[in-house]
Formats: sequence, structure tokens, C-alpha cells
Amino acid sequence: MAEVRLESVCKRFEEVVAVRDFDLSIQDKEFVVLVGPSGCGKTTTLRMIAGLEDITSGKIFIGERLVNRIPARDRNIAMVFQNYALYPHMTVYENMAFGLEMRKTPKEEIRRRVQEAAEILGIGELLHRKPKQLSGGQRQRVALGRAIVRKPQVFLFDEPLSNLDAKLRVQTRLELKKLHSRLSTTAVYVTHDQVEAMTMGDRIVVMKDGLIQQVGSPLELYNSPANTFVAGFLGSPSMNFFQAQLKREGRAISVCRGSLRIDLTQEKAAFLDGYREEEVIVGIRPEDLKPVQEHVPGRTFQVLVEVVEPIGNETYVDVEAGGVPLIAGVGRNVQVRPGDKLVLTPAMERIHLFDIRHEQALCSPKPKG
Amino acid sequence: MVGERATSKALKFYLPLALYLFFLLFPFYWMVNTVFKSDKEMYNLELNPFYIHSPTLENILHLFTKTIFLKWMANTFFVAILSTLIALGASLLAAYAIQRLRFRTSQPTGVAIFLSYLIPQTILFIPLAHVIFQLRLWDSLWSLVLTYPTFLVPFCTWLLMGYFKSIPKEMEECAMIDGASRVRIFRTIILPLCLPGILSAGIFCFTLSWNEYIYALAFISDTSSKTVPIGLVTELVRGDVYHWGPLMAGALCASVPVALVYSFFVEHYVAGMTGALKE
Repeated sequence: MAEVRLESVCKRFEEVVAVRDFDLSIQDKEFVVLVGPSGCGKTTTLRMIAGLEDITSGKIFIGERLVNRIPARDRNIAMVFQNYALYPHMTVYENMAFGLEMRKTPKEEIRRRVQEAAEILGIGELLHRKPKQLSGGQRQRVALGRAIVRKPQVFLFDEPLSNLDAKLRVQTRLELKKLHSRLSTTAVYVTHDQVEAMTMGDRIVVMKDGLIQQVGSPLELYNSPANTFVAGFLGSPSMNFFQAQLKREGRAISVCRGSLRIDLTQEKAAFLDGYREEEVIVGIRPEDLKPVQEHVPGRTFQVLVEVVEPIGNETYVDVEAGGVPLIAGVGRNVQVRPGDKLVLTPAMERIHLFDIRHEQALCSPKPKG
Repeated sequence: MVGERATSKALKFYLPLALYLFFLLFPFYWMVNTVFKSDKEMYNLELNPFYIHSPTLENILHLFTKTIFLKWMANTFFVAILSTLIALGASLLAAYAIQRLRFRTSQPTGVAIFLSYLIPQTILFIPLAHVIFQLRLWDSLWSLVLTYPTFLVPFCTWLLMGYFKSIPKEMEECAMIDGASRVRIFRTIILPLCLPGILSAGIFCFTLSWNEYIYALAFISDTSSKTVPIGLVTELVRGDVYHWGPLMAGALCASVPVALVYSFFVEHYVAGMTGALKE
């Protein structure tokens, strides 16, 4: 068990900067998820922690030890790869025992540890099989087993669930979380799936173009995104964004776009003291737009329904309001059809405003609940 | 409808296949046909040449009693096996280094090795002859053992590079994290996984060495040091007299080991050429 610290870590591949100024301190026993789109540098960061990639500059500590120049095999970490990387010519037992054999662990101890890990993962009866005789889910468990038998200081996961089908992924996600709370080992997990990140991480690190965009607990990030990228990346369907003009009337401030007008709460208006009547980006999550009966100018707006997407527990409607396309979650019991007119109201305290130049948050909404 | 389809299949599939088989097997048939004919029957133009009227073993007896064919076979085995081992050893290390170790010139090195394969043997034997002379290996089988890898290594390296490429890099990285050294990874992970590739490269080397003609003709003149291809041609063609029967008997006997090697490892050979690691 150990904490992991990255200080100003940079990685450059010839002309391309993959990771820049990466600062992160991962607490002992913490489960941190690195998330971001393809090419954002999350896997490179993980590989640098593992020692599979040299770092261009900066420092990486595992525990109190600076590991910049320490080879992967001496870092006392275990990694689970996307394609499992099982040795096809070895049995499940041999795969799991390989790391212990390399460390010259006594045979009896190896057998005990492999049995123990196999029991935890429910693969006891598969120990004599070869990887090609296993299903995707079973291979995934073997890869996990191979990592846990070594009792490493840190677990590194490189998109370990992406090769599983949707149902198995949800199930394994849950099991991984249980396993983490049972083993209480520091874990760094890379994924591009925001649902995986939200459900598994104690903390999430959102990355883009090699830079950290925001670090925080899943709800912190969801409720108070630092910029439009984080706001748009987390949540499905994605947050609605549109440009609007700030309008001042005394102390009251509204955001207007054509016929669409939203009066901001006093609390929000307080954040905008330094801003004159200028353009901002307004962000509203689909679930924060609800249908109401009466139209109240400044608090509601009328929309035209274009597409209806019922997904069971919620019905999403694609609407158009004053030339702005929006998605709203109207609840599963609302009966709507394309062409219908609706009156929607945003949850006022949960409206997000972003600076138009740097796309940074202007005011953080209150967390839900 | 069904009849039409059958005719079309026969025309598009079986006819070309039959022609191809005929093209491949006819020389072999002609060889066997000649081995068991006496000279008298062979030169009698009134007899059907495709049929053996009175089979005889006199050509085979001639080969084994009046030439040192078994010695030539032993020489060929010695040269083919040693040069195959040398070429495989060098190619395995070269292909692994080019494919897996990151160094600036790895890709150009790979291309350069392949380009060297394109230099014809008929040109390369001239400088090699000088080297062999300087090393005082003239008329020695070692001259062949050392020169054959010049054309075996490039192709094998290229073939094995493709094979190494098909092994997921993560497997090695995982072993690295597990605590294995590069040498250990090569020995316990890479080599067992590459066995089909190594076998096909080995068969390729063995066949080429077994059949090689130009270097053996240039570097060996002592009868007892000759390999089969040279021994047969130089000892059984006297001036303009061709001893067709013993010549064909020698060719038949010499093709047996190669045929056996292929038939034992044909599956691995195909897997190795396609270079895929199928789980």
C-alpha cells in the first residue's frame, strides 16, 4: 500500500507532447480514475507510473521512493491490460504464478496465494485451462488474479473492461469495486467511459490534450465542472450549451438568446459583478430541464419537440427553443410527440455559465442534494 | 440450374487446379519414371516414354556403388543443418531487436537487411570467394556453412519480424512488470509463442541450403567434400554424356528428406507464413 505522487510530469514523443505539467497526489488506498477522450494522455500517464514509458521531465513517487529511474519490475506494481495480455501457452495457474516465480517465492506459498486469489475471483475450477479455453469475462478475471496474487503496492488498470459486452461490463465494474474495498490497495484506473469513471472512482482526473482539466470526486465534477470540456464530457446525454448575451436590469441579470430569456438567481448574479453585457456560454443538463404547464417569462421558455427518445426510466426530447437545439429529460410519464409544443423550465440554481474566450466556469452551481 | 453451377465450378476451379497439379507433379513423375528404366529402354524411341516396360534398380545401384552419394548426402545434411542453426540464431535476435527494442535506426536496419536479400547470389559469390580464400576455407564444408547465412538471414529476419509483430507488446510488458528480465521474456514468452514462425523459417533455411548450387560449385572442387546438387551434376555428367538414370535416382533420393520435413511441419509452416498468433 502506498501513495502515488506525480510532480510536473511531462512526456514528449519527438514533436508531440503527450502529457504536460501533470501534478497529482493519489492517497494510499484511493481509487483514482483517469478519464478523457482518445489521445488525451491518460494511458501514457499510467504507463509512466508503471515504468513502461520513460518520463521526459518531472518526478514520480510511489510511497516515499522516487521511481523515475527504477525499472517496471522493481516498482512493486501490478497492471491489468485492455487485452488482458495472458500468456497463451501457459495455463491459468501458470499465468497467475508467473510473477511470483520471477520473485523466487517458495512453491508452497505460490500455490496458497494462487488458490486464494482464484477463490476470491471464482476461477478455482479454471486453473488448469489455457486462456483460449476461457470466455472474455473469465480471461478478465484471470488477468485480475494475476495482478492480485502479487500483493502489489499499486494496481494499475488500463481500460480493463472495454473488451467485455455491456452487461458483463456493469457486473465486472461492481466486482472490481468490491475487490478494491476488500484489498484496500491504491488503484489508478484508465478509461474513456465516463459512466465507468463516475461509478468507480473515489476521485476522477479529467484529461484533454495531455493536460489535466479537473480533479475531484465524481459528484464534484458533475455538479461543478471547471470548464465546458468537463461539463460536456461527463453526463449522458451531454450538457446543453448555447451562447447567450448577459443583460443587466438594475441588480438583476438575465441571459438572452433571441426569444429565449432566463433570469439568473441573485446568487449567480453575484458571481458576474465584473461582467458587463457580454456573450457567455450557458450550460444546462438535460435532466435540469423539466416541463411545466404555465409559461412564465424569464423562468420558462416554449419549445418545439423534434425527436422523442424514450429509454425506459426517462424520456429525452430533442427540442428547439429560439433557434437553439436542446435536449431535455421530461420524465418517463410525459406523453409527447414530434411537433408538440412544450413549456420547459431550467433548474435555476443548476445553470452553468462559462466564459466565452477560455470556456472556464464563471460560477459554480450548488451540488445536488 | 444445378448442372450449370457444377459446370461453372469445374471450369473455374477444377480445371485450373488440374492444370496446376499437372505442372507441379509432371517433373516429379518424369524423374521417378526415368529412375526405374534401363538405358536401353530410355533410348528406345519406339516405346511409350510415359510407361516403364521392364522396371530395374540398376540406376539406384549405380548411384550408391559407383559414386559417393551417401557422403554427399552427409555433407549436405551437415551444411544445411549448421547453416540453418546459424541463420535462425542470428535472425531471431535481429528480428526481435528490430521489432521490439526501440532504437532510432531500427526501421532502416530492417529495410537494409531485406534489401541485402535482393542482391543476386551470382554477384555476391565473387567477393565471398575472396573472403573464403583469405580464411583458407577453400574446399571445406565450412565455406558453405559460413556463406549460406548471407542469403538465409535476410529472409528469415523479415519473416520473423512479421511474426514478432503479431505478438501483443502488452504480453512482454506484463512479464516485465511481473519481474522478468528481457532475456527471460525472450526465452519463456517469445520463443514458445514463435515456434510456428521459427519452424517455418527453419524449413525455409534448410530447403534453400539443401538445394544451393552456386556457392557450392564455386567453393568446393574436392569430390569428397561436394554436396548433393554439385556431386550429381559434376560426377554424373561426363563431358556431353548425361547418365540420366543415376542422375534422376540422385535427385529422387535427395528430394526425400525435404519432402519429409515439409510433410511433418506443413501446418506450422502455413501458420508461420501467415504470422498470426491466434488465441
